[in-house]
Amino acid sequence: MKKTLSIMMTLIMLYACGGQEAAPPSSNTINIEANSSASYDPQRGEGKFTKVNIAPAIDEKLVQAGTKVYAVKCSACHKLTDEKLVGPGWKGVTQRFKPEWIMNFVTNTEAMLNKDPKAQAQLEICLVRMPNQNVSDDDARNIYEFMRKNDLKK
Amino acid sequence: MKNLNFKHWLFISIAFVFLLGSCKPKNASNTISADAAAKAYVAPGKYDEFYNFVSGGFSGQMSAYGLPSGRLLRVIPVFSVDPEKGYGFSEETKPMLNTSHGFVPWDDLHHVQLSKTNGDYDGKWVFGNANNTPRVARIDLKTFRTAEIIELPNSAGNHSSPFLTENTEYVVAGTRFSVPPDDANGDVPINTYKKNFKGTLSFISVKKEDGKMELAFQIQCPGFNFDLSRAGKGVSHGWFFFSCYNTEQANTLLEVNSSQKDKDFILAVNWKKAEEYLKAGKGRKQTVRYAHNTYNESTHTATSEIKTEVIVLDSKELKDLCYFIPCPKSPHGCDVSPTGEYIVGSGKLAAIIPVFGFNKMLKTIQAKDFIGNFEGIPVLKYESVLYGEVKKPGLGPLHTEFDNKGNAYTSFFVSSEVVKWNIKDLKVLDRVPTYYSVGHLTVAGGDTKTPNGKYLVAYNKITKDRYLPTGPELSQSAQLYDISGDKMQLILDFPTIGEPHYAQIAPADLIKNNSTKFYKLDENKHKYASIGEGTTKVVREGKTVHIYMTAIRSHFSPDNIEGIKLGDEVYFHVTNLEQDWDVPHGFGIKGAANAELLIMPGETQTLKWTPDRVGMVPIYCTDFCSALHQEMQGYVRVSPAGSNVPLTFSLGTNMPKVDGEEKVEEKEKNKK
Repeated sequence: MKKTLSIMMTLIMLYACGGQEAAPPSSNTINIEANSSASYDPQRGEGKFTKVNIAPAIDEKLVQAGTKVYAVKCSACHKLTDEKLVGPGWKGVTQRFKPEWIMNFVTNTEAMLNKDPKAQAQLEICLVRMPNQNVSDDDARNIYEFMRKNDLKK
Repeated sequence: MKNLNFKHWLFISIAFVFLLGSCKPKNASNTISADAAAKAYVAPGKYDEFYNFVSGGFSGQMSAYGLPSGRLLRVIPVFSVDPEKGYGFSEETKPMLNTSHGFVPWDDLHHVQLSKTNGDYDGKWVFGNANNTPRVARIDLKTFRTAEIIELPNSAGNHSSPFLTENTEYVVAGTRFSVPPDDANGDVPINTYKKNFKGTLSFISVKKEDGKMELAFQIQCPGFNFDLSRAGKGVSHGWFFFSCYNTEQANTLLEVNSSQKDKDFILAVNWKKAEEYLKAGKGRKQTVRYAHNTYNESTHTATSEIKTEVIVLDSKELKDLCYFIPCPKSPHGCDVSPTGEYIVGSGKLAAIIPVFGFNKMLKTIQAKDFIGNFEGIPVLKYESVLYGEVKKPGLGPLHTEFDNKGNAYTSFFVSSEVVKWNIKDLKVLDRVPTYYSVGHLTVAGGDTKTPNGKYLVAYNKITKDRYLPTGPELSQSAQLYDISGDKMQLILDFPTIGEPHYAQIAPADLIKNNSTKFYKLDENKHKYASIGEGTTKVVREGKTVHIYMTAIRSHFSPDNIEGIKLGDEVYFHVTNLEQDWDVPHGFGIKGAANAELLIMPGETQTLKWTPDRVGMVPIYCTDFCSALHQEMQGYVRVSPAGSNVPLTFSLGTNMPKVDGEEKVEEKEKNKK
């Protein structure tokens, strides 16, 4: 257990160092920490994202990066409307879930499918476990921005 | 004392596994109890209690394991070439893989079925299906070799196969892909599916004495996907049940488009009625092309025959032949209880498991309690056929087998578990996790009239972290459960070849005593056999050279061959003269573009070799046979095309001339 923790700490430190080089805009911030507390927060989900601050304005740069990720890793199963394909459509997803939940779900899919009540309810409808697509932390943020822009469309 | 040591060791190792597991909440260790290792332990030198015949999935082969040890006993080559056994490489076995498309070296074997008499395994044969290029194979359990393969016309994706009736009267094959029939124009737009595509169910008769298969008849059905099937037994003998999905008749993105309807169907086929129609001449003779390949045990040679006719019965025209039972959400498994009374449909996307009553079905048919018809086939009222539903069993039910205590065991792919429930009251009794995403499961004798009920094996689709990693491709994982008690207990993980789909478990006693140990030389009727070293020879027929060769510990006869020329086509017909169990010989020749041979005692096998350069070519035995195995070798001399080196062959005589010998030769010459 100690070993696991120390590895996680190392990972966190590594991430923090990486973050300094490409500093995100001041209004968009991401807090990551090892959360080993037993209480499960269904608003946040489970994963490394504890607090994600989203600037009011859409960051087109992130959207652009998110579009690329969507095309490669998401579009085979998720439509941008509210229509279910393999998984649920994305329309309105940023209104239904907090950014932390979404970013945790796309980066920590298996664990959340085993734990999160909303994810499990969705699984009972879709019956296909969302695969772990190895989405990076940055890409999780990019996808979120892409979803946010999609939700602004009329 | 020895015993104590073993238990002590066991305790420590299990405690260790627990400790390791404590960091990972979903690790299997928390479902393993202390006596698991002892239950799966078969001491060195001891036999397993059961044979487990397992589909090799995309490897195209079938494997035989021992249970409870999980030891791999043999990979039986069926629909793919197998260099280990020479299958598909030797001239004798190549015809086994012939089809109407020519030689197909690799297919996909999904389901296995042991032959039955009176609804129980009889230990004679095991059948397998080729899912890709539709075929059914029969494997002889005396030799563990593929004895016969029959191709299926009007079919594509032979998934609903090779399920068989309780006396092995028929092996069936339902087509997974519907396609335009072979004699119709298939060059039509894909989106004319509803109009032009048909589903075909093939009934292959199996001769009681020798297992010989014939394509008896086919039933043409509406175009959708036939997934799995099971024959009725006991009270329902005479009927066959097929699960159907894509009754939406979609031709694209089936993942979404074939999941639209609330209910698809289980098709009930009255095959006794089909026999009556067949006798009455109600079938249509259709011109088709399919291969029928047979391995002859006395000539050690396979032959492939192309057949051109099949009789087709029309489900739309012929009354009382077919009925649809509505079944929720894309049914996959379609399993019949030991008595034959209950038919379990497993909707891949359903939240319940419907259990249908056979007698209720008959009453529904009698009362014409139909809710309509689909392409001329009556659709029975769901509620009238339904015996009951298993409520909230799990997510993604797939397959069900049975024990000897009135219980059923269903695999759940999405929720990765096996769920035990009672057939009578439909109550869930127990559930155990699998690692991970179980597909098929099998209970010892689980599809017979008298299941054994001792073991259950789950065949998982995902292996992930169960074994030491081996790069991106991982071995498949089977898991053995002891189901003799109230609670199912995981006792062993073991890796399998290919991707295991269905498998069956039969008592070893049924099979092991009939095993062929070697081929008797006096029964060897191979055209090119050499029965005894004295009959070995090399015969030139134009540019074709036949080498009649023998192998015995530890030399080939002949082992020196000269006079082979570039442009020749050379056939090595090697007969293994050994007459004892477990003494195969191998045969390899340098630069053979084709293969090597492995020859069982008393057997003859042929390797075709086309020399590609002038020079000296070694041959040797590739299967360690004796202390002097390394001495089991020889040479073939290859000369240029126009060479006048005479064709000679010898064993032990072609020695270098010793000093003075030349003079003696001179003297001899002078005398003449």
